Amino acid sequence: MQLKEKPVYKEIDAVIEKYNKPGGLIRILQKVQDMYGYLSEDVQIYIADRLKLPISEVNGVVTFYSLFSTKPKGKYTIGVCLGTACYVKGANDILKKIKDELKINEDETTEDGLFTLRATRCIGACGLAPVITVGDDVHGRINPGEVPKILSKYREKDVDTNIKNKDKVSCFRVAEYIKE
Amino acid sequence: MSEEIVQLTIDDVEVEVEKGTSILEAALKVGIEIPSLCYLKEINEIGACRVCLVEVEGVKALQASCVYPITQPIKVYTSTERVRKARKRAVELLLSEHDRECTVCIRNLNCELQNVADNLGIRNLRVTGESKNYPIQMDNPFIMRDYNKCISCRRCEAICSKIQEVHVYSAQRRGLNTVIAPAFMRDLGSTNCITCGQCVIACPTASLVEKEAIEDVWAALEDKDKYVVVQTAPSIQVTLGEIFGMETGTIVTGKMVAALRRLGFKKVFPTDLSADLTIMEEAHELIERLQGHGKLPLMSSCCPAWVKFAEHFYPQLLEHLSSCKSPHEMFGALIKTYYAKKEGLDPKKIVSVAVMPCTAKKYEASRPEMGWDGYKDIDYVITTRELGRMIRQAGIHFRNLADEPFDMPFGVSSGAGAIFGATGGVIEAAVRSAYAILNNRNKEMGLIDFEELRGQSGVKEAMVDLGKKKIKVAIAHGTGNARIILDRILNGEHYDYIEIMGCPGGCVGGGGQPILGGRDHKRISLDYRHNRADALYKIDMHSQLRQSHDNPDVRKLYEEFLGEPLGEMSKKLLHTTYTPRGLYFNLLK
Repeated sequence: MQLKEKPVYKEIDAVIEKYNKPGGLIRILQKVQDMYGYLSEDVQIYIADRLKLPISEVNGVVTFYSLFSTKPKGKYTIGVCLGTACYVKGANDILKKIKDELKINEDETTEDGLFTLRATRCIGACGLAPVITVGDDVHGRINPGEVPKILSKYREKDVDTNIKNKDKVSCFRVAEYIKE
Repeated sequence: MSEEIVQLTIDDVEVEVEKGTSILEAALKVGIEIPSLCYLKEINEIGACRVCLVEVEGVKALQASCVYPITQPIKVYTSTERVRKARKRAVELLLSEHDRECTVCIRNLNCELQNVADNLGIRNLRVTGESKNYPIQMDNPFIMRDYNKCISCRRCEAICSKIQEVHVYSAQRRGLNTVIAPAFMRDLGSTNCITCGQCVIACPTASLVEKEAIEDVWAALEDKDKYVVVQTAPSIQVTLGEIFGMETGTIVTGKMVAALRRLGFKKVFPTDLSADLTIMEEAHELIERLQGHGKLPLMSSCCPAWVKFAEHFYPQLLEHLSSCKSPHEMFGALIKTYYAKKEGLDPKKIVSVAVMPCTAKKYEASRPEMGWDGYKDIDYVITTRELGRMIRQAGIHFRNLADEPFDMPFGVSSGAGAIFGATGGVIEAAVRSAYAILNNRNKEMGLIDFEELRGQSGVKEAMVDLGKKKIKVAIAHGTGNARIILDRILNGEHYDYIEIMGCPGGCVGGGGQPILGGRDHKRISLDYRHNRADALYKIDMHSQLRQSHDNPDVRKLYEEFLGEPLGEMSKKLLHTTYTPRGLYFNLLK
């Protein structure tokens, strides 16, 4: 019999202990995503193992909800509202402008790790159409021309920090050997 | 349970049903088959495909009849203009994004989607969907997954989760991007899939199909330098006929042998013979363990899907598994050693083909344990379906073939070997021999038929009198049922001998057997498993030999080559080891 390294994530264990009850999966995934920024395959497998759920089910939930991300996200998530009102007011042009500026597509992250671009459904701010969100900020009634100015504001904020190589949360990973 | 009866009319025909019956099932009672794609009775009743829509008087929207329980007297119309239009539209939408390469598709002429489209009279598609262009996943030796032909009916998921309780599949992503897939959309080869192929049988299209080995076998047959030998599993002789329009349960042993010879195989042997051999080894193993050497209960190891299931889900019980290889692997080992020597053949030139009811045997043949000194026990495994295709390709009129016997020296097999193909058969065969061995081969024992071990109920238990000792045996088929027994063992219940078959019904319900879906059989039915199993018991009944240890060919094998059961040579060639695979962490990259 071979021994295989089994990871132990103490931080995830703490979350599971707190929320482990029937129907608790989404809450657990949410909390763990808050810690790591996204849900990697390894983390999903770990959660499935701890909750004794089929990994296909956990992965099904993760990929169903747009709330969950399976790829690392940038520091700021840009959400471009494509709801009806925003769409009519030219949200598509804004989305295109952002793509050009950042040289990424939807659901991708810029190389410097600063921005992740998302197209969203109506965010309920139709009075401000067309509207985008950057992190927790809302920018309303904008036109494509204003996009560079908005983005540079966030770039300047982070000029001194090297985002690219900075882990958001240190993962406390302990090797525990299992019989395979 | 309430047995309240409700009266209703379907297309103005009066019918009485038990309260709670679905409209779809009630309609069958009056001879109306409502078309459907996702429906599998008692397994997958989810109203997903929207093909079984009907009109219920007084209800505004059309209703999915498979999930509409009848609770009061209603009037149902199943074939109005509105219904026909809606069904057509539903199927057109499915077709609009389906990879419609019907003429070169493995399920051509046996495809439920094709049949439904034909029945509904769809002649042109008014909509064109986006083609998905997913790569076909085939990085494993047993099952191919083509998402471009998936209609998201979720039948594979239902079978895998509810019957087999393996939970490989679930719906991933959403909306138009939904796929019914293993976690992370991995290839089945790198999941906990037990390779049973029940999903292949359940799939209405060719989204899940066995990985064919036909071309390799043709190439070997064409190669003048090769000596191609074939063996057929016990259940093939009772299912192959179905492919050629014969009734389920027709015994076609002689025709099958004749067809294989015409295809060019040099020798045709029955795996039933090595089933007898398996029994010799396993019965002795049972006796050894009953005498205190090794763990009880002994668990049969003939089914590679069950073995892989145990390796993933119950690794703590692996020591209970019999170390016997499955019969076809045993045979493979003998063909390239004993038989090669006897006939003066170079084992390097022998190509060993096995016709199996099974996709798991394809996987098993690829396991590194299944061979020795660089030889593979078995070179190619083809399913019953693949053999049927080869016979069709060769243009052989199967039904008109004259019966031919198997080749010697392995041509004799006992009835005990034949019933391996049905659930309960392995234990019955082993018990027959164990009884005789323990009681000094008393032929007059009158203990041959163990009716209580037969039948299609999911879990069977019985006390069997071995003369000097009574033993408790249990039988399960379908790995979901296996869990019931295994969990009882983990909770401390005592058994002596356990037989588990991965597929419902055992090999007669195997994942490589003819798919009787399509126009006539849209649900996985118990009936054909019954008929196929009955045919095997018929073969057993009419056999002159009913006990494995009486098989003269098997005796000769031991005399000339193997020595004794569980002896040194047996251990080397006929036994194997298992690998705990773990449940989740084997998935880590």
